[in-house]
Amino acid sequence: MTWICSRRLGRALLVAVAGLGLFEAAQADVGQIKVASGQVSVERKGQSLPGRVGLVLEADDVLRTGADGSVGITMRDNSLLSAGPNSILSLEHFEFDPTTSDGRFDARLRRGTLAVVSGRIAKKSPQAMTVRTPSAVLGVRGTEFVVSVDE
Amino acid sequence: MSRLARAAGLFVATLLVACAGPKETIVLLPNAAGQETAVTVTQGERQVVLSQPYAGARLSRSGAEAFPSNAQQVQTQYGAALAAQPLPPAQFTLFFVEGKDEFTDESKRVVDTVFAEIAKRPVVDVIVIGHTDTVGNDALNDALSRQRADVVRAAFAARGLAADNVVTIGRGKRELAVPTGDGVAEPRNRRVEILVR
Repeated sequence: MTWICSRRLGRALLVAVAGLGLFEAAQADVGQIKVASGQVSVERKGQSLPGRVGLVLEADDVLRTGADGSVGITMRDNSLLSAGPNSILSLEHFEFDPTTSDGRFDARLRRGTLAVVSGRIAKKSPQAMTVRTPSAVLGVRGTEFVVSVDE
Repeated sequence: MSRLARAAGLFVATLLVACAGPKETIVLLPNAAGQETAVTVTQGERQVVLSQPYAGARLSRSGAEAFPSNAQQVQTQYGAALAAQPLPPAQFTLFFVEGKDEFTDESKRVVDTVFAEIAKRPVVDVIVIGHTDTVGNDALNDALSRQRADVVRAAFAARGLAADNVVTIGRGKRELAVPTGDGVAEPRNRRVEILVR
C-alpha cells in the first residue's frame, strides 16, 4: 500500500513538474509586436530592447512609447493591446492553455493611452483578465475598451 | 478665418479639458461582433460597471464618476492607440479527402484567401491545427492529423511563407467539429484549422 502511494505520489509530482515546464515555456512567448511606429522600447530584465515589429514578448515585459510612438501587440490568446504616445504598459502576468483557453492575463497601464480587445482568456472566464491603472482594477468581460492615465 | 477660429476654439477646448481633465478615464467601445460586453471598474470598495457602448468612467480622488462619451471624443483622445491596433486574428478551415493528407478542391481556393490575409500583415504568425474524423485508432489519427498540418505548412512554404512563422499541431480525433460516434467518416471533421495573426 505504501508502495502504491509513493508511486502515485511520484507520478503526481512528475505531472506537476511537467506542468511547470509547460507553464514556463508558455510565459517565454506571450505575444508579439505587430505594429510599431516612432519610439518604442521594451524593458526586459533590466535591459531595454528596441520595440520592433516582430519582437516576441515575454511575461513581465514593460512597453514604453515616446512622444511620437505607438505600439500594437497580439497576445497568444488573441487579445489585442495597443498604446498611444507617452505610454507605459506592463504585461504583468500571462498564462494560457491554447487547448482549453484557461489562463490568466494581467496588464497594467502606468501612463498614457491604451486600447484593448480582449481574447480567449477573458471569453473563457470573465475573472481571468484584468487591466490595472494606478488607482483602479478593470475587469474585462469580452470587450473592447480604451483607458487613459494622465500624469 | 472661420476655420482658424474653429481651430482656435478646439485648441482652447482641448486645453480646458486637459487642465480640468481627470487622471484616469475608461470608455467601453461598441463590440464589432455585437456580443454582450462590459468592463467593471473597481476602485477600492467602489465599483462602476460600463455595459453600454461609449459608457465612460472618470477616476479621481473622490471616486469613479460615470459619463457618456462618443466616437468623436474617443477618436480625439485615443486615435493613436486605436490606429496601432493589430489586425484581428483571422481563422480558416481546410477540409481533407478521407484518410488522406490531401485537401479538397474547394479548400484549395481557401488557401488563396489565407494568403490574402497573410499579405496584409507586416509580420505574421500562423497556427495550423490538424484534425481527423473518427475512422481508425488514435495512433493512426494522431499521425494523420499531424501529416495534414504539415502538408498545409508545406503548401504555404511553396507560396513563400517561411516555415519559422508556422506552428503545426495534430489533435487526432480528439476535437471533432461535428460530434460523431467512433468509426464514423465525417467530412466536416477531416480538417485543418488555420489561425493567421
